[in-house]
Amino acid sequence: MAEIVLDGVTKSFGKTEVIHPVQATIADGEFVVIVGPSGCGKSTLLRIIAGLETATAGEIRIAGKRVNEVEPKDRNIAMVFQNYALYPHMTVYGNMAYGLKIRKLSRADIEQRVQRAAKILELGPYLQRKPRELSGGQRQRVAMGRAIVREPAAFLFDEPLSNLDAKLRVQMRLEIQKLHRELRTTSVYVTHDQVEAMTLADRMFVINAGTIEQAGAPIEVYDDPATLFVAGFIGSPSMNFLPGRREADGVEVGGGMKVPLPEALRASAPQSLTVGVRPEHLELGGTEGLPFRLNVETIEALGADSLLHTNFHGTPLVARVDGHAAPAAGETLTFTVLPRHLYFFDTASGKRLRAGR
Amino acid sequence: MKDATTALMVENRPIADFIAHAILILGVIVVAFPLWVTFVASTRTFDEIVNVPMALTPGTHLIDNYRQALTAGSERGSSAPVGTMLMNSAIVAFCIAVGKIAISIISAFAIVYFRFPLRKFFFWMIFLTLMLPVEVRIIPTFEVAADLKLLDSYQGLILPLIASATATFLFRQFFLTIPDELVEAARIDGAGPMRFFFDVVIPLSRTHVAALFVILFIYGWNQYLWPLLITQKESMYTVVIGIKRMIAAGDASNEWNIIMATAMLALLPPALVVILMQKWFVKGLVDSEK
Repeated sequence: MAEIVLDGVTKSFGKTEVIHPVQATIADGEFVVIVGPSGCGKSTLLRIIAGLETATAGEIRIAGKRVNEVEPKDRNIAMVFQNYALYPHMTVYGNMAYGLKIRKLSRADIEQRVQRAAKILELGPYLQRKPRELSGGQRQRVAMGRAIVREPAAFLFDEPLSNLDAKLRVQMRLEIQKLHRELRTTSVYVTHDQVEAMTLADRMFVINAGTIEQAGAPIEVYDDPATLFVAGFIGSPSMNFLPGRREADGVEVGGGMKVPLPEALRASAPQSLTVGVRPEHLELGGTEGLPFRLNVETIEALGADSLLHTNFHGTPLVARVDGHAAPAAGETLTFTVLPRHLYFFDTASGKRLRAGR
Repeated sequence: MKDATTALMVENRPIADFIAHAILILGVIVVAFPLWVTFVASTRTFDEIVNVPMALTPGTHLIDNYRQALTAGSERGSSAPVGTMLMNSAIVAFCIAVGKIAISIISAFAIVYFRFPLRKFFFWMIFLTLMLPVEVRIIPTFEVAADLKLLDSYQGLILPLIASATATFLFRQFFLTIPDELVEAARIDGAGPMRFFFDVVIPLSRTHVAALFVILFIYGWNQYLWPLLITQKESMYTVVIGIKRMIAAGDASNEWNIIMATAMLALLPPALVVILMQKWFVKGLVDSEK
């Protein structure tokens, strides 16, 4: 168990800086999810922690010790890869025991650790099988078993569920959660899937173009996104954005519609704003709040609720409504939004407008 | 290729089937007939062979001929016993095959998994030698071998043939298909380069090694020009050279029955290797690792 500190970690390939100085601390026992679109540098960051890539600048500390120059095997970490990376010619047992054998643990010790991991992961009946005889979910469990038996200071997960089908992904997500509850090992988990991030994380780092845009508990990040990017990336379906123009005490968002700008924001608000509203905050048939007249173009019925794809003066808006209240396509309906559910962003910088700044 | 596929897909066309089979059978006869003649000749006496036309049914001297070939050799051409030659051939072919595999798997490992200066350059150097057949460099190689006093020795027969650009290239291509994550997983598990080589790379290469062994063993066994140059003593002859040396002059002066027996004996070990290793191939295909 250990705390991981990234102190100004930077990575450049040639002249391109792919990771801008990152400052972050992952507390002992914490489950941190690094989430971002593909190519944002999240995997590179994880590989820097693992020691598979070297940082161009900055310092990585695991359990208070600088590890920049330490080989991966000596960093006391274990990694789970997207494509499992199991040794195809070894049995499940062999795969899990391999790292321990190299570390010259006694036979009995290895046996005990592998059996324990197999029990946690319910791999007991498969220990003598080869990876190719297992399903994707089982293989990923073996990969996790290989990590568990090392009893590392930290687990590093690199998109471990991306190769699994949707149903298995949900199941494995729960298993990882359970596993973390039992073992309480510091974990860093990289994914591009914001649902995984929301459900697994104690804290998540939303990363974009090599910069951590926001770090915080999932629900905090969801309720209080710091930037346009975070607001759009976290939440499914994503937040609706309306381009707005500043007026005296409000924002014109199209078709003459004006939404009030909170008093605290008036001093700092620029001319060009983006107004965000989450799909679930567009309420159908509400009586309070700002009325939006929206023409329903298509409907995605998901069962419990329906997604209405509508159009507001050329800007697509998605509303999430009760599945049984679904209107027909083509109807024009009034939706209401409470003013406190509006988010205001500076269009130019992408930053959220906050009071007192 | 295309015609064959269409023919397979047609449901029932007896005439096409007949023609296809006729062509195939004809092909088999063309390939197999010389072998049959060789076998028949190896079972008859010298007089029976030179008596035109030669009968095409096996004769009664099979054991006599083979015993003479194995222990005494031909009386008129070279008189080295074929048993010795077979042993020489086996040693040479085995060492060439094993040596080539060992050297090329290590060099491919170096080229794929290590970053060192001029890595690309060395790869292309190895690759370029693919284009140079043994015959092109045979005179300088002979000069070197002679200076090193390697004439008439196993070392001389084996060493100049032991490096293989083809095998290096094949292993390189295979190693490139091993996912990087496996290397990284091994690094995190604490396996150093050589440990990774022995614990992961070699086991994964098993089927490739088996296939290459077959090809290279036959390559070594069938070497002709180089052993011809480097061996003078009869005791160092390989069996392929032995056959050549038995043919002394004109038709009548050769013991064709013994020569044919020797040819049959020379055929057997490579055929045996193919048959035995075929099981390996099938096994390799069935439990394919990827």
